[in-house]
Amino acid sequence: MRAAIFVTCLGEHFFADACADAVRLLRHLGVEVDFPAAQTCCGQPAYNAGHLREARAMASYTLETFRDAEYVVLPSGSCAGMMRSILPGLVADDERAGAEALADRTYELAHFIVDVLGVRELGRGLEGLRVAYHHGCHALRELGAHDQPIALLVGAGADVVRWEADEECCGFGGLFAVKLPDVSTAMADRKLDTLPAADLVTSADGGCLLQMSGRAEHRGSSAEFRHLASVLWAATGRGTARTRRAS
Amino acid sequence: MKPHAADYAASARHIIRDQPGVRAAVTAATRSFDAHRAASWKEIDVEAWKRWAEGVKSHVLMHLDTYMEQAETRLTENGVQVHWAESAEDALDVVGRIARARGVRRAVKAKSMLTEELGLNAYLEARGVHVRETDLGEYIIQLLGEPPSHIVGPAIHQSVDDIRVLFHRELGTAPDATPEALAAAARSALREEFLGADLGISGGNFLVAETGTLALIENEGNIRLSTSAPPVHVALVGIEKILPHLEDLAGFLQLTARAATGQPIGNFVSLIQGPRRADEPDGPEEVHVILVDNGRSRLLADDEAWEALRCVRCGACLNICPVFRQTGGHPYGWAYSGPIGAILAPAYLGLRASLPLPFASSLCGACADVCPVSIPIPDLLVLWRSRAVEAGEVPKSERAGMRAYAWAADHPRIFAAAGSALRTLPLDKGGRALPVLKEWTAPRAPLRPSPRTFRRLWKEGIE
Repeated sequence: MRAAIFVTCLGEHFFADACADAVRLLRHLGVEVDFPAAQTCCGQPAYNAGHLREARAMASYTLETFRDAEYVVLPSGSCAGMMRSILPGLVADDERAGAEALADRTYELAHFIVDVLGVRELGRGLEGLRVAYHHGCHALRELGAHDQPIALLVGAGADVVRWEADEECCGFGGLFAVKLPDVSTAMADRKLDTLPAADLVTSADGGCLLQMSGRAEHRGSSAEFRHLASVLWAATGRGTARTRRAS
Repeated sequence: MKPHAADYAASARHIIRDQPGVRAAVTAATRSFDAHRAASWKEIDVEAWKRWAEGVKSHVLMHLDTYMEQAETRLTENGVQVHWAESAEDALDVVGRIARARGVRRAVKAKSMLTEELGLNAYLEARGVHVRETDLGEYIIQLLGEPPSHIVGPAIHQSVDDIRVLFHRELGTAPDATPEALAAAARSALREEFLGADLGISGGNFLVAETGTLALIENEGNIRLSTSAPPVHVALVGIEKILPHLEDLAGFLQLTARAATGQPIGNFVSLIQGPRRADEPDGPEEVHVILVDNGRSRLLADDEAWEALRCVRCGACLNICPVFRQTGGHPYGWAYSGPIGAILAPAYLGLRASLPLPFASSLCGACADVCPVSIPIPDLLVLWRSRAVEAGEVPKSERAGMRAYAWAADHPRIFAAAGSALRTLPLDKGGRALPVLKEWTAPRAPLRPSPRTFRRLWKEGIE
């Protein structure tokens, strides 16, 4: 089986190591991974902000870039959601069938591992680790991928702790975070105020992690935030789940 | 209330920074409403109900002219006086004329968001009519001189302690009065108002075209009293509130109550068929229904945005909205707040006057999940955003930045090179590097790009 990895803008520049962990994990599971070098941005930032002309151009470009991929796997729930739910409605009529077909072959990483590869046990690399899982809005609502990441974490021995606000938006929302920073950070505060004791916080979305970790650090919190791809790689017993030493 | 959506950001900032009690009270109240909604939806096949409700509402809207005529005919046959109001001014004029004709001095009001939309209280008070809100939440905010903070729970931004202080001052209750004692004090003050009123004003949750039945849902009994004790009852009803048949009403009464508060049905449902008949001991001598357009038919004609008209004003989208929960409804600056307010505002107030409301959302999508009539709220938020972009209502720097970003995204080498340049920017001093980074960095730690891009890691070989 071959899959093209779409690392996304945030993955390329802020979560490069997590994307590399995603590649390691997929290879470990027997997937041949391609990295189409022409990939850029799915267009979500433009779409969310209402710049539809730009979003259409980026959607079309992305469709063209990944047209021949057997599967497209993204270490991002929101970009996967963009490709699956939004992109077919954005592209020109003559591209729609292709976009719909591509949407059907596009998955967020944990979603792909569980639903396509049929794997739920990655190893026991997270034994005893208390993990707080943030359900990114688009993975949760556009993809309906609630159970897959949890199954993989629990299957690797993690204790996924109960978090009152785990399904609430962190306040990132692309340009929303900078257009209305007070509301955006109040939303992040609600996440952080309800965060239970945990060894690390993880999520399938880089944007959410930047938002929550950026706010946590600003508040002087020492909570550790890691991308789900790295945590799942650690689940196999090869990578390390925590980069900081346990205190 | 004159709409002032433009103050959204400043007002939200003020509440978040200076009134932490509001955020706490709103979060607690909306989470409770939403938990009740979620629990009550588990008792029914909610997806089937939603499909049915969406179908009925869409059907009515597609044939609204027919149903409006039928409703007028039936209402008239029932002895109700029907008035049509194209604008807010028209609607206020009609109420003003009725009040003058009947020599009205004192009015009691049932909770009605449409009257908030129209600014009815201020209009009547300027004409010497004493207006008393009789819903407990509305009564509280009227005493405070504030607009409602929520479609269903107008005073949810107030804590019990806030209300103790208010009622101690206004009604002379004990400083440590129990919630029951507070409610009793309000009840006795309002009892006098009901008995002394010569006009009762209400909105309308639904208006059944087939029978001319006006339906009102409530929990306190104040609507029943407002619409039956005074000699004249005036109901203001948006034209989108029409339902074809009585059996549709049976479904909507249940679905709306479940969506709003998780109740299988409201404590009181009033079905009003007209003025008091000769053989009836109670009821008003005159009933007027004012059918209000005020931008609704313009929205109906908008092929892309019309679905917002299916709204039944349950408030479910407010209750689950993480943006709304931080501030309550006041920063939205007009009657309808939260996600539904942000997609009705541009239609009713005009795009420019509604900004930045369509942008006051992270597009998390929770609202779409809970809407009982399946309004695609996130899609409509994006639609209004795109219209703002087209109309040149977003900053030029954003427009230019997005154009440049899209252009680069079409040129992978440039896109990669521009991204790599991130590492050379002084990201901890974002303001100097890029204006948007200042907004990012002020309340958050500086961004730290990965030491090397993924592209580079890939090229070097991932082991």
